[in-house]
Amino acid sequence: MTTGVRGRGARIRSTAWAYGNLVPFVFFALFPFYFMLVTSLKSNAELYSLASVPLWIQRGAIVDHYRFLLERTDFLVWMRNSLVISVLATGVSLAISIPAGYSLARLRFAGVGGFGTAVFITYLVPPTLLFLPLSRVVVWLGLADTIWALVVTYPTFLVPFSTWLLMGYFRTVPREMEECALVDGASRMQTLVRIALPMAVPGIVCATLFGFTLTWNEFIYALTFVSQTANKTAVVGVTADLIRGDIYYWGSLMAGAVLASVPIVICYVFFLDYYVSGLTAGSVKG
Amino acid sequence: MAVGPGVLDATAIAGGSRLARARRWWEQEHVFGFGLIFPALVLLACLVAWPFLMAVYLSLSDYWVGSPGRFIGFANFRDILGNDVFRQTVRNSFVFTGIALTLKTVLGVWLALLLARNLRGKRLIRGAVLLPFVIPTALSTLGWWWMFDSLYSVVNWTGIRLGLLAPPGPNWLGVPAYAMAAVIVVNVWRGLPFFAITVLAGLVAIPREFYEAAEVDGAGAWGRFRYVTLPLLRPVLAVVVLFSTIFTFSDFNIVYVLTRGGPVNTTHLFATLAYQVGLQGGNLGQGAAISLFLFPMLGAVVFFQLRYIRRE
Repeated sequence: MTTGVRGRGARIRSTAWAYGNLVPFVFFALFPFYFMLVTSLKSNAELYSLASVPLWIQRGAIVDHYRFLLERTDFLVWMRNSLVISVLATGVSLAISIPAGYSLARLRFAGVGGFGTAVFITYLVPPTLLFLPLSRVVVWLGLADTIWALVVTYPTFLVPFSTWLLMGYFRTVPREMEECALVDGASRMQTLVRIALPMAVPGIVCATLFGFTLTWNEFIYALTFVSQTANKTAVVGVTADLIRGDIYYWGSLMAGAVLASVPIVICYVFFLDYYVSGLTAGSVKG
Repeated sequence: MAVGPGVLDATAIAGGSRLARARRWWEQEHVFGFGLIFPALVLLACLVAWPFLMAVYLSLSDYWVGSPGRFIGFANFRDILGNDVFRQTVRNSFVFTGIALTLKTVLGVWLALLLARNLRGKRLIRGAVLLPFVIPTALSTLGWWWMFDSLYSVVNWTGIRLGLLAPPGPNWLGVPAYAMAAVIVVNVWRGLPFFAITVLAGLVAIPREFYEAAEVDGAGAWGRFRYVTLPLLRPVLAVVVLFSTIFTFSDFNIVYVLTRGGPVNTTHLFATLAYQVGLQGGNLGQGAAISLFLFPMLGAVVFFQLRYIRRE
């Protein structure tokens, strides 16, 4: 919007108006997280008293719910499972997507257009369409009820996504540089590894971050393919296993939700700009 | 994979001509290109295309967990289409997707316009607004579940104190219309950042001169938005809306955690119903048939996306 012709007073008014309009959006986005944190730090006596104010902590913050989580549940096992699965699935997916993305972006051969379309279509396939047959496939592979079921199936949505994302990044590498290398006698693989790959590093960082985030957050496959408590991921463990018979579980449930989000929040705080650029590459499922 | 020149030199005496031939073969653009994409194609064929065909087969069989199942033609589809719960699910899916998508589009454009202004603390505001999109949905939905609790709902508590709601306030997850509203609110909350940030990227790409020209022509703020911003945003908006259509329509996490499809199936979507019938009920054939109803929507979205991309 242009502000050049208007006066100082109008500019200040318009800025204040913009901030005023942003307040409800920021409040809407952040309140649930604030409320989860507050809940996880309240005593049960305060949580379940209709006389207390739910919006903040009145009777002192306690860490009992976190202690319960760490000492009396499998929470740390779930966190370790999630970490192993996310790292492996992201690694495998990148190893497959980097060459595929380069091939689609740079090389010309019969069928390349069709392959690109195929990758794009599989990228649009929602996981909820295939979870039932995949649960059978996992049984046949002998991986049912293990974390490997997820390591094997997560690349089904990560590979199309990262291939698509990396294709965009490889297209921005000037073709001339690669042609020079080829003329100088480098093999195609050397050209890819020494010229194209270093220039696509931002794309690879972006694909890694999204890969980690999408696998950490994944829910329906993790819920469907694994039923043993000891093999669950953090997200499914907290969602499915922390709800006990009585109603007094909200404190530990919120503590679990907060702690299981911490790895994602850490990535997010350090790499915010990559998340924004990955999103605007127009390609993250929403 | 590729063989470097060093390796070639060392083995040149042993099988030089064969290695050289292999290397020449590998260096051809079509061989190398296909070789690089081959692992991805194998993966997608085995774990996407093959399961999809299996879903089609399962939907045509009476496959139950633990029994082999026979081919029964379209019986599953006939049963499903005559089933009240399924019809309710179809209605729910369109209501849910229609309302959530409209809200996300309108609020997303509005938020993007605000974020596009050069405000102090812009990065912090963007970071805050994007947060619901990156935090695990199942976990944040647990938070919403607690916020909509029948007895201790903070939404009702606040609403009553502010005089907006009559005590005791709505039973959010226990009454069909309210439960649908709750599920939509959470979906909008989680999907809004995607719309806002993507539209923002589209806004930033609009050249300033267009606005200046419009201003010279006497266009006000609304005129500039209506005749400059909106037409130029159309391609970005089309992509975002198409994307979101398929992933809102096929949503699972929010409904599963918040309502499990209840009360009395009034918030079931295709995915949650397929889960309930196919996995919890063990009727894989019917479950697969239900989830295949997502396919026409996927087909339509793919069709429009590809047409759009070709035109571009």
